[in-house]
Amino acid sequence: MKDFTYVSPSSIGEVVGLLSENEGCAALLAGGTDLLVQLRNTNSDVDVVIDVKKISQLNDISYDVDNGLSVGAAVPCSQIYQSDIILEKYPIIIDAASIIGGKAIQNRASFGGNVCNSSPSGDAIGAMMALGATCEIVGSNGVRTVPINEFFIAPGKNILMTDEILVALKVPPPKQYSGSGYIRFTPRAEMDIAVAGVGSYLEVDRKSDQILSARIALVAVAPTPVLSTSVAQMLIGNTPIENTIQMAASLAQESISPITDVRGTAAQRKHLIGVLTKRSLNLAVSRVK
Amino acid sequence: MSSKLVVNSNINGQDVEFLIEPQQSLLEILRDAFGLTGTKEGCNDGNCGACSVLFDNRLVNACLVLGVEIEGRKVVTVEGLANINELHPVQEAFVVEDGLQCGYCTPGFIVSTKALLDQNPDPSDDEIRFWLAGNLCRCTGYDKIVKAVRHAARLMNEAR
Ligand SMILES: Cc1cc2nc3c(=O)[nH]c(=O)nc-3n(C[C@H](O)[C@H](O)[C@H](O)COP(=O)(O)OP(=O)(O)OC[C@H]3O[C@@H](n4cnc5c(N)ncnc54)[C@H](O)[C@@H]3O)c2cc1C
Ligand code: FES
Ligand code: FES
Repeated sequence: MKDFTYVSPSSIGEVVGLLSENEGCAALLAGGTDLLVQLRNTNSDVDVVIDVKKISQLNDISYDVDNGLSVGAAVPCSQIYQSDIILEKYPIIIDAASIIGGKAIQNRASFGGNVCNSSPSGDAIGAMMALGATCEIVGSNGVRTVPINEFFIAPGKNILMTDEILVALKVPPPKQYSGSGYIRFTPRAEMDIAVAGVGSYLEVDRKSDQILSARIALVAVAPTPVLSTSVAQMLIGNTPIENTIQMAASLAQESISPITDVRGTAAQRKHLIGVLTKRSLNLAVSRVK
Repeated sequence: MSSKLVVNSNINGQDVEFLIEPQQSLLEILRDAFGLTGTKEGCNDGNCGACSVLFDNRLVNACLVLGVEIEGRKVVTVEGLANINELHPVQEAFVVEDGLQCGYCTPGFIVSTKALLDQNPDPSDDEIRFWLAGNLCRCTGYDKIVKAVRHAARLMNEAR
């Protein structure tokens, strides 16, 4: 690996200071499961590695009924799926946390790292998009909050400025009679990257059984994970029965123009998005409470 | 070249102090500075599990941890499992069940199995296979490894 300086500050203020001082030549280190591989294999211009794991705000999971859930950017997957509150209120987050890499990766890989690495196939991104999460970001100009579906620009590129750090992912409190689920397709059952993935969220009216709101996040079928507004709009007002779900699946297929790469062909991805939209919607429906 | 840092840590039960360059991985440190060559390098990118170690009792890939990160923390490698007189039950079970051929992946599997059994003393075959999905073996075809893990679980439960 190319040499660099290592620092492990304990406050967000220090990180922002260091990022400003080393404009463009600093990288933040959470679990390192993306960063260390990249530093080893690419010609990087990183001179300073800033370990963010000693900052308490980045290591917290908290929940309250008014503000919902906050997942610190550096919390590793294994801590996420051991959280009772997440298991009870946001099972879709567990869906994603428990499929990222294997056990050793899950002990290190964070949701913040997954989001900031901004891969089109990020599983944590799919789950967080379906939940309508927001990114809490701090930089020299203070705090800003950005909806996660506006965070990504291109593969590996996002809206973070060189002096900014992602502090936490915030998820609103779950609505009554809502449910969500994330499913992906990989050739191997575990330790593989999604050929395609879908995260679904639904809120239904208990009396009429009509869908009140919906979010469908499509993963690994566009330059960034995306929310399909056409599918969400189609779902609203309908009841979540087989016919509706079939229509949503067809519409999801029409809404994408995926590419062919080492993981799968465009045609395979189109097919998979249909199947996965159906399955993740069914999973979301089964979890409505 | 970046300047060296002093790191204090505990490796296999011993307090240690060493000098390190920030870009050195925990894997490099274990092998090159401490001669703990039981921890292997297969892929150096998190995919093979040959470098599995316990970091504060949690399973990690030593190739994806910086050496400086172990400051003030505990690391256990395959060398830290057995005591001077006898093998660890997981090692014993791999020997009895022939859970290895060339042996290159074995230290990783053994450390990973220990982490599994510490958390789940009686895993099903499915749970074993899922847990060990991060460890690759090109020789055995895995069946004997799964058998060895079941055997290790029995040995450890009998000893409890
Ligand atoms: C073997 C293996 C299997 C994998 N399997 C999967 C998988 O199944 N699904 C999947 O989605 N991914 C997978 N990954 C990729 C990776 O594990 C995930 O993307 C992980 O969530 C990254 O988190 P991290 O904490 O390790 O991030 P790091 O590597 O520490 O950081 C990733 C990027 O984000 C930046 N960053 C980190 N924290 C912050 C912050 N707080 N603010 C701003 N920027 C920050 C870093 O500078 C870096 O650019 C796998 C990786 C490996 C090695
Ligand atoms: S050498 Fe670390 S996982 Fe392969
Ligand atoms: S025994 Fe040879 S790689 Fe597993």
